[in-house]
Amino acid sequence: MNALHLPLSVQVALLGMFGLLLVATVVVAGLARLRPERNYTELSLRVKTWWLIVGVFSAAIIFNHTVSVIVLGFVSFLAFKEYLSLIPTRRTDHRVLFWAYLAIPFQYYWVAIGWYGLFIIFIPVYAFLFLPMRMVIIGETQGFLRAAGTLHWGLMTTVFSLSHMAYLLALPDAKNPAGGSVGLLLFLVALTEINDIAQYIWGKSFGKHKVTPTVSPNKTIEGLIGGVLTTTALAVLIAPWLTPLTQPQSIAAGVLIGIAGFVGDVTISAVKRDIGVKDSGSILPGHGGILDRLDSLTYTAPLFFHFIYYLHY
Amino acid sequence: MLRLLFFLLIIKPVAMLVLGLNIRRRDLLPARGPAIVVANHNSHLDTLVLMSLFPLRLIAKVHPVAAADYFLRNRWLSWFACNVIGIIPLERKPSAKGTQVLAPVSTALNRGDILILFPEGSRGEPEKMTKFKNGIAHLLSEHTTVAVTPVYFYGLGKSLPKGEFLLVPFFVDVFVGESLAWNGTRQAFMETLEASMQQLQQQAQLATRHAQEPQNTEART
Repeated sequence: MNALHLPLSVQVALLGMFGLLLVATVVVAGLARLRPERNYTELSLRVKTWWLIVGVFSAAIIFNHTVSVIVLGFVSFLAFKEYLSLIPTRRTDHRVLFWAYLAIPFQYYWVAIGWYGLFIIFIPVYAFLFLPMRMVIIGETQGFLRAAGTLHWGLMTTVFSLSHMAYLLALPDAKNPAGGSVGLLLFLVALTEINDIAQYIWGKSFGKHKVTPTVSPNKTIEGLIGGVLTTTALAVLIAPWLTPLTQPQSIAAGVLIGIAGFVGDVTISAVKRDIGVKDSGSILPGHGGILDRLDSLTYTAPLFFHFIYYLHY
Repeated sequence: MLRLLFFLLIIKPVAMLVLGLNIRRRDLLPARGPAIVVANHNSHLDTLVLMSLFPLRLIAKVHPVAAADYFLRNRWLSWFACNVIGIIPLERKPSAKGTQVLAPVSTALNRGDILILFPEGSRGEPEKMTKFKNGIAHLLSEHTTVAVTPVYFYGLGKSLPKGEFLLVPFFVDVFVGESLAWNGTRQAFMETLEASMQQLQQQAQLATRHAQEPQNTEART
C-alpha cells in the first residue's frame, strides 16, 4: 500500500512523472486560453488520458510484485484482444483463439515465479508449435497459413514482447542498488514514452524530410534524430539513479530505446495501414487504441531487456 | 434481487473486462418505460450485453422478448430465463393469429417496461443481418405512443457464435440510433426500422473498418 519500500530514486522519478503531467496540463490549459481560435480538445483529452495511464502504471508498481505482474498481464490481454478484434480471423478458429488467449496467464505466471528458461521459449516454441496443430485438428486448410501467421505475430508482439516489461521486475534487486527492479521498468517505460513525445514535438517543429513516406507520412528524419538525441540525453541523466548502467552503456541504451521505439511505432502503423484503420481501437480517448500507445514498447521492451540482461544479470 | 446480482457480479464485469464495449451515443437509450429497444441478433450475448447497458436501477424493468420453444424447453433453462434474465416468452409458431400471441408483450408495455426485441427472430449466421419479422409492427400498431430505439452490435457474433459454448474475448462495438415513432402503417414502419438499422450497420463498418472475413472462408464452416 505504501510506496516507501521502493528506492528513493524511484519515488522521486514517479513524482517527477506526475510533475511533468502537471506541467503539460497547465500548458494545454494556457494554450487553450491564449488562442481560443484553435481547437485543443484532442490535446487536452490526450493529456487527461495520460493521467489515467500514469496513475494505473504507478499504482501497479507501487503495490507489490504480484500485483504488478497481474496488471501488466492484463495490459497484454487488452493489446492482444485489440489486435484480434482488428485482424480478419477465421470463424473455424474460434477455439484456437481461445487457446491463444490462454497463453497469456501462462506467460505471466512464468514471469511471476521468475522461471526465465520457460518465459523465453514458451511462446516462440510451444505456442508456436501448438496452435497450428490445433488448427490442423479442426481441418480447415483455406487461409491456414495466413491465420497461423497472423495469430503468432499477434502473440509475439502483444504478449511475448510486452511481457519483457514484467520480467524486468523479476530481475534481482541486489544487482541494481540504485533503482531495484522497479527502477529498470520505470527507466524503460518513461524513456520510451518520452521518446514518442519528443519525436512528435521535434518533427512538428523542424520536420521536413520524410523517413517512411508510405507507412507513416508524418514521421521525419528531423523528428527521429531530435527524439533519439533527447532520449539519449535523458538516459544519461537518469541512468545512474534507476539502473546499473555505466555512462557509455546508458548512451547506448538511450540510442537503442530511441531507434527501437521509432521502429515499433511504424511497425504498428504498417499493420493499421494494411487493415485500413487510423487507430487500433478507442479504449484510450485522445490516443486511440491501447496498441497505439504500446506500439513503441513492443520493440523497446525486449531489446532493452536483453541489453541490460546481457550486461548486468 | 437475483437478477441484480447476476448483472452486477457476472454480466457487467464480463462485458467490461472480458469483452470491452465501445458504445456510441449511449444517451439515446430509453431512460424510462414503456419503450422498445431492437437489435441485430448474432449471439446469446446480444441480450445480456444490451441489458447490461442499462443502469442497475432499471434492470428490473428491462425484459427481453424471447422464443418460448427455445428458452422454455426444459425446467432449468426455463427457470433461469424467466427468473434471472427475466424474459417474456413468445410463441414463434403461434396457433392463434396476431395480437393474441403478443398479449403478454402488450401487458408488459402497459406496465411501463422496457422491452428488448430481436426482429431477425433468430441468431442466424454470425455477423450477418437477415430480414426483419414484422411482429414489432403489429405490436406498435397497438401501442402507437411507444418509441423504438434501434441498436446495432458488431463483434458479439465472433465472441460467442451460435452453437459455441466457449466465449472468446473481442472488443464489441455498439451503435445506438435515434428512437423511431410509429408512422401510421406497418409496412412503412418496417421500412423505416430496416433503413435505420442499415444506417447503423454502415456507420459501424465505416467507423471501425473491421476487416471483413474473406469470402472464401466465410462460406465454409
